[in-house]
Amino acid sequence: MRFSNEWSEGRIKSIKQVGETVRQFEIDIPAEVSFSAGSHINVEVYFKGHPEIRSYSLVGKPRRTSVLKIAVKLLPESKGGSAYMWTLEEGQKIRVSQPKNHFELTYGSSEYVLLAGGIGITPMVSMAEELLAKGENFRFVYAAQKRSDMPFSEDLNTLLGDRLQLFVQDEHGLVDIPALVNSMKKGSQLYVCGPMGMLEAAKLAWFQSALPAEDLRYETFGTTGLYPTVAFKVNLPRFNKTVEVSANQTLLDALEEEGIEVMYDCKRGECGLCQVDIIEYSGTIDHRDAFFSSEERACDKKLCACVSRVFEGELTLDTSYRG
Amino acid sequence: MDQSKFTMNYSFPKNAWYAAARDVEIGYSLFPRKICNEPLVMYRNKAGKAVVLQDACWHRLLPLSKGTLINDEVRCGYHGLRYNKDGRCTFMPSQETINPSACVKSYPVVERHRYIWVWMGNPAEADESKVPDLFWNDHPEWTGDGDVIYGKCNYKLVLDNLMDLTHETFVHSESIGNDAVAEAPFDVTHTDESATVTRWMKNIDAPPFWVAQLGKDVKVDRWQIINFIAPASIAIDVGVAPEGTGAPEGDRSQGVNGCVVNTITPETDTTCHYFWAFCRNYNLKNVARTHQLRAGVTRIFSQDEDILEAQQKAIEANPGREFYNLNIDGGAMWTRRIIDKLVEKERS
Repeated sequence: MRFSNEWSEGRIKSIKQVGETVRQFEIDIPAEVSFSAGSHINVEVYFKGHPEIRSYSLVGKPRRTSVLKIAVKLLPESKGGSAYMWTLEEGQKIRVSQPKNHFELTYGSSEYVLLAGGIGITPMVSMAEELLAKGENFRFVYAAQKRSDMPFSEDLNTLLGDRLQLFVQDEHGLVDIPALVNSMKKGSQLYVCGPMGMLEAAKLAWFQSALPAEDLRYETFGTTGLYPTVAFKVNLPRFNKTVEVSANQTLLDALEEEGIEVMYDCKRGECGLCQVDIIEYSGTIDHRDAFFSSEERACDKKLCACVSRVFEGELTLDTSYRG
Repeated sequence: MDQSKFTMNYSFPKNAWYAAARDVEIGYSLFPRKICNEPLVMYRNKAGKAVVLQDACWHRLLPLSKGTLINDEVRCGYHGLRYNKDGRCTFMPSQETINPSACVKSYPVVERHRYIWVWMGNPAEADESKVPDLFWNDHPEWTGDGDVIYGKCNYKLVLDNLMDLTHETFVHSESIGNDAVAEAPFDVTHTDESATVTRWMKNIDAPPFWVAQLGKDVKVDRWQIINFIAPASIAIDVGVAPEGTGAPEGDRSQGVNGCVVNTITPETDTTCHYFWAFCRNYNLKNVARTHQLRAGVTRIFSQDEDILEAQQKAIEANPGREFYNLNIDGGAMWTRRIIDKLVEKERS
């Protein structure tokens, strides 16, 4: 369900470093709100003086509260959201929306498996709290690159004990996602939030299994791909233009800055409205959306301008403009 | 507790089971009904299990009840998006994938005592053991039937009506009311989640309805024991026994005993769905009697419907006016206080 934003003026109550690149923010808001497991809030951030909206999952046990807790990873290629958040200090004001939920738990499942990768941990904490409180049958797999950058792992360990499995890539290598999926039975649900590579592996393993498609749940923000985020050049023959997309900018933003209009809505690679035609390219197209099927991606005929990019190459595009 | 907003206090707890439909109302087809200000669509799947979803497509909000049931899934009647029993979207037109956030709200459902109950609050707190125990509706030692009334008033006005049966004397004088009801004393007791009004009328003339049930016109001991079960159910243990045969002391064997089962579900702030049934533990195999009782109670309740609709209109026509409360309102006031506490608990 989609709801309009109802903004209120919050104030940063506390800031705490909870990982090498992750900061936790507690935000005081004027009136109590309730949130359910998997919820997020929208936050107004400023990028070059312009307001933009970023979504951050609410961390902690779902409840009625006037203190909202989020955690923000500083991304080197930040489009401005995390960099802005990291400039904030305690006591500063910040505009926040009411909690919303695009990643709800469905109750009544025989088993729940939560799979979190890196900063994808944030919506999963509330889910684990909820499932534990309800006495549900669940397992939690939490993977990250480094032990020093695994926020909430100690709290979760205390809370969950044997239900929690930690995977540190530098120590153990990658999680065996196909094996995880194969250990699940019909009637189990898998919830995934993590980097693109993890999600793609989960989707692939899931679709190769006999498990019903709707029991794989995931949330995307389109912030990671299968390749590093680097600058690239885009040629637009129809407009006689060449546009540089910097590492901290989306293709959609770069086109808009040039006055080239593209329709869009979700800005996280889900709706497909911002798809543009690829005329030719060099390097590798890094599809970061959840809209195109793997077959469609393999053709490299279109990409979602809001999230997808090119790695080590150049792109020649056309939009829907026919003026 | 602030009682100054007694009249216009329309609040209801959300973390509760509300009757959404009678069992016979729901089949393998889409049935819309608004409950607690939320539009719902209900159906049974092919296995007969009831499903309740939000009645608004994720995409363009068209009521899903205008769509079609296909293999236990709801297909929106506008662009064909499909939803399963959990409200998850399983089909989107003209694309190969499904947007991962696409879903409509799915409500916890229990079918019990001939009603489809829906949990309107936090699904994580839905606890089946909290479904009101209206066992009379499907107990082997009881029989009966009822209906659902579309009440053009806030649900609390119906609760008020049922918690004080003094009104029988004045609203239902030709059937169940007589002077004895308005004259007899009564007791009001309560717990944290229930309230009970007990009224015994001893050695009185039975009103016409009860003469017919007892099969003779003799002096009777009559009882009305009104049990409120939070947040919106009321079971009224009613009956008469020939005077002096021991009913007040616990021996009802010479009398006739019925239970008026009521559960009232808010639709909007000023309308409600009023589910009722009249059950009896005598003459169990007499189907004609079941039919007659249902028709008779329907007539009696239509008199209440008129009163309640007019009362709701009067509340709106007299802004700022508060109710006065009498001694007879003790039961109603306990129901409202218990409901207010439940609402308050949800807010803290």
